[in-house]
Amino acid sequence: MALPQTELRPMGKPIGRKEDPRLIRGKGHYVDDVMLPNMLYLCIVRSPYAHARIRRIDTSAALAAPGVKLVLTGEDLAEMNLAWMPTLAGDQQMVMATGKVLFQYQEVAAVVAETRAQAEDAAQLIEVDYEPLPVVADPFQALEPDAPILREDKEKKSNHIFHWEAGDREETEALFRDAPVVVKQNVRFPRVHPAPLEPCGCVSDWDAARNKLTLYVTSQAPHVHRTVLAMVSGLPEHQIHVISPDVGGGFGNKVPVYPGYVIATVASLKLGVPVKWIETRTENIASTHFARDYHMTAEIAAREDGKVLALRVKTIADHGAFDAAADPSKFPAGLFSIVTGSYDFKAAFVEVDGVYTNKAPGGVAYRCSFRVTEASYLIERVMNILAQRLKMDPAELRLKNFIRKEQFPYHSPTGWVYDSGDYEKTLKLALERIGYEELRKEQAEKRARGELMGIGISTFTEVVGAGPAHQFDIVGIKMFDSAQIRFHPTGKVIARLGVRHQGQGHETTFAQIIAEELGLSADDVLIEEGDTDTAPYGLGTYASRSTPTAGGAAALCARRIREKARKIAAHLLEVGEDDVVWDGVAFSAKGLPGRAVSMKDVAFAAYTNVPEGMEPGLEATYYYNPPNLTFPNGAYIAVVDIDKGTGAVKVRRFLAVDDCGNVINPMVVEGQVHGGVTEGFAIAFMQDIPYDADGNCLAPNLMDYLVPTSADTPHWETDRTVTPSPHHPIGAKGVGESPNVGSPAAFVNAVVDALSPLGVEHIDMPIFPWKVWNILREHGITE
Amino acid sequence: MNIRVKVNGRLYEADVEPRTLLAYFLREQLNLTGTHIGCDTTTCGACTVLFDGKPIKSCTVLAVQADGHEVMTVEGLESNGQLHPLQSAFWEDHALQCGYCTPGMLMAAYGLLQTNPAPTDVEIREALSGNICRCTGYMNIVKAVQNAARKMAGENQEAIEEAAASGTSTD
Repeated sequence: MALPQTELRPMGKPIGRKEDPRLIRGKGHYVDDVMLPNMLYLCIVRSPYAHARIRRIDTSAALAAPGVKLVLTGEDLAEMNLAWMPTLAGDQQMVMATGKVLFQYQEVAAVVAETRAQAEDAAQLIEVDYEPLPVVADPFQALEPDAPILREDKEKKSNHIFHWEAGDREETEALFRDAPVVVKQNVRFPRVHPAPLEPCGCVSDWDAARNKLTLYVTSQAPHVHRTVLAMVSGLPEHQIHVISPDVGGGFGNKVPVYPGYVIATVASLKLGVPVKWIETRTENIASTHFARDYHMTAEIAAREDGKVLALRVKTIADHGAFDAAADPSKFPAGLFSIVTGSYDFKAAFVEVDGVYTNKAPGGVAYRCSFRVTEASYLIERVMNILAQRLKMDPAELRLKNFIRKEQFPYHSPTGWVYDSGDYEKTLKLALERIGYEELRKEQAEKRARGELMGIGISTFTEVVGAGPAHQFDIVGIKMFDSAQIRFHPTGKVIARLGVRHQGQGHETTFAQIIAEELGLSADDVLIEEGDTDTAPYGLGTYASRSTPTAGGAAALCARRIREKARKIAAHLLEVGEDDVVWDGVAFSAKGLPGRAVSMKDVAFAAYTNVPEGMEPGLEATYYYNPPNLTFPNGAYIAVVDIDKGTGAVKVRRFLAVDDCGNVINPMVVEGQVHGGVTEGFAIAFMQDIPYDADGNCLAPNLMDYLVPTSADTPHWETDRTVTPSPHHPIGAKGVGESPNVGSPAAFVNAVVDALSPLGVEHIDMPIFPWKVWNILREHGITE
Repeated sequence: MNIRVKVNGRLYEADVEPRTLLAYFLREQLNLTGTHIGCDTTTCGACTVLFDGKPIKSCTVLAVQADGHEVMTVEGLESNGQLHPLQSAFWEDHALQCGYCTPGMLMAAYGLLQTNPAPTDVEIREALSGNICRCTGYMNIVKAVQNAARKMAGENQEAIEEAAASGTSTD
């Protein structure tokens, strides 16, 4: 039974989660569970138009409606200088529209009333007079010289947001000039949405008597939210108490500060009572951060034997109406330059141009690790096309081009220093476990019979754990993370971290790290996150950074405590400090293993019997600035069968072999992989948020934006190799996003492989049955 | 409107607006906040409770429709401080992460095991296909339901054996 265990040395063990006892009893505490005395409800009125001037807003009927306490519009916020707020990307975004709206479902007005229903009723009574404007829904059209300018507030009269590039253009072009083989492919990564099951929301509670704002909020980065809120509102930071309680999934959706949080806060400041805002699913999908929407063109230059030489990538990035992509400030295209992947290219050149359109803002979300999803998908797709052109087995092509394990730390042509990897080992394990050769034989037999079976491989390299202070910051704050550990006199520990989990099991796994370092059991360590008054400042949980950053901080913080504990142990053992031996569970006197004191004894002594001159107590804080990111990798293989009559793809098998270095809790890692691969499956086969030419969002709810159910979802197989990160205190790398980063390419490669006898080289996601069916019909395979 | 509803074995009398959804009645009037809201189109099943023993989505039933009926929520699963076998199986098999779908998932699984005490994996996946989970990829949920079915069969077996043993007692 995998329930919390009291054994020592818990590192690497599949111990049951400490979070579960409350969650399986319905005793979690999520934002909408927060009920405060005199609490009011906020409902937001949203734009039906994608682009329109606001002529007039009539709020009189709403103000007169039962229970209504306040109505707010953009003009009210403008008077407080709050109609716009800064984004994490260094742009500005409207909190509520003034002058005009820029995307459908944008915030236009807000009603605060005594009940949720009254607020919704009154919201219906607000009349807005719109003058529709020409809409830009296509990012390529946005760059046309005669395109309507969307952002009249910007100095630069253009829909172009930024140009960003990495790598060596000249060296890359020289290699392309002489290359015997060049493969070129346009690849679109569609707009999708992370759609956590719990939508976004908050309860904002301004207490004038205490001069303190308490904000309960669905937040992956509560400290950053507090700082941004202080910057936006002008309230001093020590008078803002942000609490991110249990979060019902984040998946990158809950990193930004949303207009709803600011509006609820303004309402609470004006009314002096708590105001709750909980968005609906439709509001969540249509207005909060989307993911992807990259239009990419990749070219690979190679030799005829399959050795790759250079990679050239051009991308148009659709960012919607405001650039609010949650990136580190120096990385407007995230870490997309990891696009050379697991392969040893001589040179690469990567360009990204960001574009405004009349759509909701976002871009960085949904297990993307700052655009690594796009990068990995692209390279794994075009490597497959290269294999197809050269009539090489895609596994063989990969093995030929892998960065070899002796090349680590590997300096990539776009400037990354990969920490470690043994890609050949990882892929070979995957090939063996899935029975690759047998599958290829079976495929050949099936092809001879006219059946469509495909095998898809994806051998990706992730980059997670942002990151080193000299490169990475969010709104100027360096991307360190932190841990604070405090021993109680009886040897029990409370530890707080600057990250904020949303289901990833930190309350268990961080307890394992700390217990391992301090010779305790995980049950002796209570983990808390998400309360900015109590937890040390950290940058939050996203981009799989918790283990690389706060995981490092937790281990080093525990070791800092152990230094003091050693001095106390020497005092208790009556030996010199140099004669104290730590065996992982207790301190003993060198050469006298019988004379030992446990950490529990030391903790008690820290409060009752410290050496003369020593500060009592036993606690430490550690802010960890990681020296590099971590680079986990994986080899994923999908096997699919295609129904020739309907075009439906059946995923027969899927194997994910991940290497995230040393594993803290294999059960938790496996759960992360199952969830992430299910997302990758959804992205490959089901998910897209299209907009029509008028800017109408065509998939704003779970009827049209598909999320796989248990009946849709295949059975997943997992395995792993272990190549520790040499620079990380416990050799662990991040992993949470690997399965989403790695899996879409494996699915698509499998489908294209099945259709390759027809000459098919690429199909854009999502691979709906009708897309395959159309191809089959073109080739006369079905009618 | 006044309604009388038995929730987790306890009778509640309450005044509700006719338009109040059962999910909000449970959450906001009875403070049973284990039942969650995840969508606005009756798709996700996070609000699943048992209505006269059958799983329903409480976001799509009015509280007034529950007048005179029995409702069971996740808070009613545990009895006498003992976790229900489904709850302990979800814990053992890591069938939850963020925990947001868990209450609805547990109630849907409870409903399944009432009518089908030994379901196949396919039957479990079908029965839970009205319940969306974003974290687990469902694998461990299916495993946990199987685990719970075995536990419950074992408990039944024990109960039968105990009854048999006490029946044949010669004391």
